[in-house]
Amino acid sequence: MPQDATIVRFEDVSLHYGETPALDHLSFSMKPGETSIVLGAAGSGKTMLLKCAVGLVKPDSGRVFLFGEDVTPWTETQMFAMREKVGILFQEGGLFDSLTIAENVAYPLENRPVSAEEKLSEAEIMERVSESLRFVELEHTLEKFPSELSGGMRRRVGIARAVVTRPPLVLYDSPTAGLDPITANTIINLIIKERDLRNTAAIMVTHRFLDGHLMANFRYNPNNGNVEPHNVDHLATGTEDTAVSTRFLVMNEGRLVFEGSERELLASPDPYVQKFCKPGTS
Amino acid sequence: MLDFLKQPIETFQEFLFLSGRAFRNIFRSPHYADDILLQMDIIGVGSLFIVTLIGFFSGVVMSLQMSRALATYGAQGKIGEIVSITLVRELGPVLTAVLVAGRNASGIASEIGSMRVTEQIDAMRALGTDPVQKLVTPRLIATAVVLPLLTIIADFIGLLGGGLIASTMMNISFDQYWNSAWRILEYNDLVQGLVKPFLFALVIALVGCYYGIHTSGGTQGVGRATTKAVVVASVWVFVITSLLDPLFVNLQ
Repeated sequence: MPQDATIVRFEDVSLHYGETPALDHLSFSMKPGETSIVLGAAGSGKTMLLKCAVGLVKPDSGRVFLFGEDVTPWTETQMFAMREKVGILFQEGGLFDSLTIAENVAYPLENRPVSAEEKLSEAEIMERVSESLRFVELEHTLEKFPSELSGGMRRRVGIARAVVTRPPLVLYDSPTAGLDPITANTIINLIIKERDLRNTAAIMVTHRFLDGHLMANFRYNPNNGNVEPHNVDHLATGTEDTAVSTRFLVMNEGRLVFEGSERELLASPDPYVQKFCKPGTS
Repeated sequence: MLDFLKQPIETFQEFLFLSGRAFRNIFRSPHYADDILLQMDIIGVGSLFIVTLIGFFSGVVMSLQMSRALATYGAQGKIGEIVSITLVRELGPVLTAVLVAGRNASGIASEIGSMRVTEQIDAMRALGTDPVQKLVTPRLIATAVVLPLLTIIADFIGLLGGGLIASTMMNISFDQYWNSAWRILEYNDLVQGLVKPFLFALVIALVGCYYGIHTSGGTQGVGRATTKAVVVASVWVFVITSLLDPLFVNLQ
């Protein structure tokens, strides 16, 4: 068996909800450090793709590979160990509303299925939690509850929780849905920062073409902490050209109808695909 | 032809799967002792006031209503025995269970249901926690411990209520009432009065958790799940007590 260099691979995955196909013979793969932007109409299977990738939902047929391993037959308990390497941001944040922000962000660290020696101490956990919250600029909210924060802030805490275990793969489910343009761009800037500082691979499901456009054409500048277009003359931190490593996938009723770079997406003759290519749409 | 049975049987099957996992998890770590204690507080201490109140008044009402019928036979002295047997064997366990089902099966279903529709259950799974271990098993253990205790309290307070009526309105001394009340009880009655609450507790907790976990459809779904949980739990309480009664009567 050849060495599998992919980080995520779907092989002919199908999933049905009763009669309707949520995923229809879906095949794609992603290498470490790449970003996949998944566009598509509501109900086209985008969220199902994410849930399948992390094993929350099992496909009816086909295989799912994570980090080169076939996780399709794995039990829930076996998946727990794998999920430490996959951060996930749910739509609406998915925070636990009866826990404080600090407890929410600490959750993945406290529930790691590791032995007692490998478990982090309270102090180490707090350090990582503060670091994560500082990353999303919400360090002052440690003792608050999710209901006390705005939607955008909750989304940012969700990101902090998703990256606190420093996973090599992060899944974002509609990170900008329901947010005003300014807050939405703040969220995308954080995701770009995460990608460029830690070289994480990402699958982002979104309804905004602009999100994908920003991911493909902007990068984080560690010298001044800004997110800038990548043809500006400065050093990026060791990743490939983001225009090449950002791929767009368009889904229609569970099927993948387009896969390629931004340039190919804009040049596609398919009218359905064209619907998603309006820069500046929010 | 029997298609209409498909849905209930599937539901029952899923319920049995959930119950099996919940029981199995009792013997697996991690054990969420904090959650168990918290649930015991919510379900037990929280229901204490209303169980005491209803228990007291059911004893009072029984005494009052029985007194007339007993008077026709001049058998008012028997009131202690009647209240005691009825409460301990049947009314105490069933009333308490129905009360706790109304109060807590609904609370459990709505809390877990709300978590389900806000993706918190999926978040738990994605972050390495088994939702059954963390949410269902603690509630199961807590209710199983707490409901028999609540039933005992309800029985006791109910007997006191009956005694109050007997001594104030029926010219029976409290001592006579109380003595006859506890003398009539046999081992069989006590076992029945404690086994039933235990079984009721399992039903209440598992039904509440089942409908919570299988909620779908947003806030309306949570409302539906809560209603179903209370109705189904209450119905099963009565079904179980009806099935168990002949068994215990024959064991006498």
